[in-house]
Amino acid sequence: MDFGPFLFLATLEGLVQAAVLCLTALGLSLVFGVMRVVNVAHGEFFMLGAVLAWWVTGWFGGHPALGFVVALALAPVLVGGIAWAGERMVLKRVSYDPEATIVATIGMLYIIQQTTLLTFGPDARPVEPPFYFRVQFPWFGYSGYKLCVIVAAAVLLLAAWFVITRTRLGLVMRATQFDRETAQNFGIAVDRVYAMVFAIGAGLAAAGAVLVVPVQQAHYLMGGDPLLLSFIVVIIGGLGSIRGTLVAALLIGLCDGIISVFFSPTLAKMLSTLAVALVLVFRPQGLMGARQRG
Amino acid sequence: MSRRPVNAPQSPARRRTLKTLGIAGGAAATGLAPTLFPRAYAQSEPIRIGAQFHRTGIGASYGRWYERTATAAVKLINDEGGINGRPLELVVEDDGTDPKRGAEVVEKFATQHKVDVAYGTLFSHVVIGSSPRAGELKLPYVVVSEGYHVASGALNRYVFQPGITDVRSQVISMAPWVTANLGKKVTMIFPDYAFGHDHRDYFSQAVIALGGEMLELIAIPPTESSFTRYLPRIPSDTEVLYHVMVGPGVLTFVKELGEHFGSNRPEIFGFIDSLEAVDLATPQLEFLEGTYFWEGNPRYAQPDQTEHDKFYRAAVGVDDNGASVNDPKDVSTYAHMFGCWETLFIIKQAMEACNYSGPADRGAFVEAMEALERFEEGREHPQGEKVFDARIHQSFGHQFISRVKDSRLEVVHRTAIEDGLYEAEADYTTMAL
Amino acid sequence: MGDGAKSLLLHGAILLSLFGLQFVLPEYHQLAVTRILLLAVFAMGYNLLFGYTGLLSLGHAMFFGAGMYGAGLSAYHLGWAVPSAMLLGVACGALLALLVGLVALRTTGVAFMIVTLMISQVGYLATVYFTTWTRGDEGLVMPEAARSFTLFGHTWLLTDPVTRYNLALILLAIAMAVLLWVARGRFGRALVAVRENEDRTRMLGYHTFVIKLKALLLSGAVSAAAGAAYALMFAYIGSSFTTIQYSIDPLLYTLLGGAGTVAGPVLGTFLMFYLVDYASELTNAYLLVTGIVLVVLVLFFPRGILGAIRERWLRWLP
Repeated sequence: MDFGPFLFLATLEGLVQAAVLCLTALGLSLVFGVMRVVNVAHGEFFMLGAVLAWWVTGWFGGHPALGFVVALALAPVLVGGIAWAGERMVLKRVSYDPEATIVATIGMLYIIQQTTLLTFGPDARPVEPPFYFRVQFPWFGYSGYKLCVIVAAAVLLLAAWFVITRTRLGLVMRATQFDRETAQNFGIAVDRVYAMVFAIGAGLAAAGAVLVVPVQQAHYLMGGDPLLLSFIVVIIGGLGSIRGTLVAALLIGLCDGIISVFFSPTLAKMLSTLAVALVLVFRPQGLMGARQRG
Repeated sequence: MSRRPVNAPQSPARRRTLKTLGIAGGAAATGLAPTLFPRAYAQSEPIRIGAQFHRTGIGASYGRWYERTATAAVKLINDEGGINGRPLELVVEDDGTDPKRGAEVVEKFATQHKVDVAYGTLFSHVVIGSSPRAGELKLPYVVVSEGYHVASGALNRYVFQPGITDVRSQVISMAPWVTANLGKKVTMIFPDYAFGHDHRDYFSQAVIALGGEMLELIAIPPTESSFTRYLPRIPSDTEVLYHVMVGPGVLTFVKELGEHFGSNRPEIFGFIDSLEAVDLATPQLEFLEGTYFWEGNPRYAQPDQTEHDKFYRAAVGVDDNGASVNDPKDVSTYAHMFGCWETLFIIKQAMEACNYSGPADRGAFVEAMEALERFEEGREHPQGEKVFDARIHQSFGHQFISRVKDSRLEVVHRTAIEDGLYEAEADYTTMAL
Repeated sequence: MGDGAKSLLLHGAILLSLFGLQFVLPEYHQLAVTRILLLAVFAMGYNLLFGYTGLLSLGHAMFFGAGMYGAGLSAYHLGWAVPSAMLLGVACGALLALLVGLVALRTTGVAFMIVTLMISQVGYLATVYFTTWTRGDEGLVMPEAARSFTLFGHTWLLTDPVTRYNLALILLAIAMAVLLWVARGRFGRALVAVRENEDRTRMLGYHTFVIKLKALLLSGAVSAAAGAAYALMFAYIGSSFTTIQYSIDPLLYTLLGGAGTVAGPVLGTFLMFYLVDYASELTNAYLLVTGIVLVVLVLFFPRGILGAIRERWLRWLP
């Protein structure tokens, strides 16, 4: 294939990946921004979203779109609920100590993953897309559903953006992120904001997973990949910067496809991972973010 | 770990009768056994097989069917009188599809469960990681792994692969048919690790030797969950696309292949590994109509199905579409799991040949295995006859090339055993016991 | 009796009872404890950085892996004898620790965890990428020649379980001695000072970066020694040993036994190994145990078992 169409395909793939990544990484970024903790179990919330989508669509039968819409509404709520419970039972009780939280969320990672193994089983299970058509470009074909994933993710992101910037809940969240003590003095129940943020973060990951599961399959070990990618995005975008996260997700999603044109993909993954580590060392505020108040 | 209770062990007298009747006649008598012969030798110690399976991890779909197949074979063996008059017991441990755990499990088999023989698993890294421990504990380790590692001579005298042909032999036996019928300009897509590299190396070699040409070798990194962006690297003058994938992402891979090509595709030849345990009638796999697959054993019952395949299918609980009789959505790993069935009968054959009586006879068991030369097609070997090369502890059998038609696989070619033979590069029999 | 004497006595007793254990243990447990001893060395190396210096790494699998591949590849491809392969493994770990330290130690806290996690991921991918030499995930089996070696006029058979057990015990004893020396000496006090308050330590005139680098170097070398020994004793190297699971395990062992105690990681490794081994008989999801133990520890026993004992009763425990 010529370079032009190749680049076009890489761009399409990059956009799909970026769209899902935006949702997943935004969740991680929110949690880090507001609560100042790293949630290692984030990928498992993603996995739970995909698994729940499989349950729900299987339950409904009939036209796949029906079950899918219900899953898209229900899975984030359920996963958010699980995250909320985890936050109350564990994170709150270690007072959000950054290191204790990491260890605790590693524990949660195993608990969620292995409980899924016990209930859902070890197999990869497909979820039918709500609709399917193939778009034929002159050089190659492409899944129409994937193109719609981009749109759906954009809509969800706009909704999240609206909540964060235009609602009272968002205001409270931003206030807490900006200065926890002051927020508390102004009568904000910081404690409840944290639980809410943790649940929303998990819910966003689950929403991303529901969108992507018809393209991939639900599997109990699928949380690892989105976790690493989200880490990368959040670091490049600047820890805690939401705008940076979105820009970085686009950038990473697009780059990932294009880099693999030039290098062996395994080598490309090595180099990009190393580059990200160096960014975190030498520009901890991220490539685009300004240094935040911490 | 779970210990499987052994079905109705029977008397030595009955076993002798069976021998005189011939094994095939025994099947008819099976149903009567419990009433005719009381559990006379319930007191005799069972022969214990330590079964190392992937119950969890990325190999779990295979592991589940390996376990079901092995359980069915053990039941049959016990219903027909066990081995040397002793019932067979399967001691199953999960290796988590992880070499470290795999090696620990082998140690556990040898020293805690004190099994007679260890019996193994699919993923090659687990087999390779476990084999030094098996060799040093002098525990025979009979695997169903499909990889070239046993035959390559990298392992040791205690490791055998008699129940399934290795990858090297599989690919070279099919190369002539592929280049003659599908095309000579080949592009390969394979996972970027050792299993994929075996495909890459031996298939490329064979194609070039046959006057073909390898246009592009596309390696997919092990952590990948989306494949579309690799597909543009397939050159447009490709005549045959050869694909092989394993792991939880296989369905994604094949679907994306379909999206990429639509109806305008080259000939496609895939290893069924890319769709093992996946229903061919899954939406979006329609583009596979008219493409070809390697199968170790035909998943769909063929019009000329042998009585042996029919019997084996029923015993394991697989229907004519290769799915579980209890759940048509639960598709088996039919192209590989026959190896578990056949291997247990080979273990039985070797144990009977050396009159195996306990762990002290493990050396004799190894020698008895090495004395085997050929397995005839039959109920014990439903996949077909096999030739066993004792030097490299490896069997060579027939391979199947099937074409997708109406979302089923129809066998179009069966390779001869000679097509897959290669010169042995090692000799385990010269190693010390 | 002084604290120093008490601690020497205690750790001597631990080593002695581990030595005695081999005469009473059933065969399977002798094999299992050999593995445990090596994993405990890994955890002790980890503890040096985490427990004493306060740096939580999520990438120690790369040091374990450096030792494993340094020793394994030189034995496999170059035919090096076991002792030199072992030393090379340790050197590889130390060198990697130096390089990683120069970069990663510029960060602290959460950033340090993520940086080490990422670099370790690069290490995993490297073992897969250089498959010509490593055979990637499939890995390599050590050659016959590397299954025995001659040292001090004696031929040691690595295929012999008793030899393996005692070699592992010697390695553990060396690691314990290093840790005791660190814990009780000037260097150890400097490490703890960095852990408790890095800024103040710096103001007192210590070059904290160098202190941390030394700690990482030592930690990497000890972890690599465990990896090298694991490769040589069990005759297999493969990329699965460089996955994140092997970064989390030493953290878990250390937390359970007690971070910042010399014997804690040993105790933690013992308990976890048998917990998982036992759990795998009851359930497929034996890693569930790992998860639950982590959460319970963080919630109720943040200092681990020996940490809690030190707090309550034995204040002198190093």
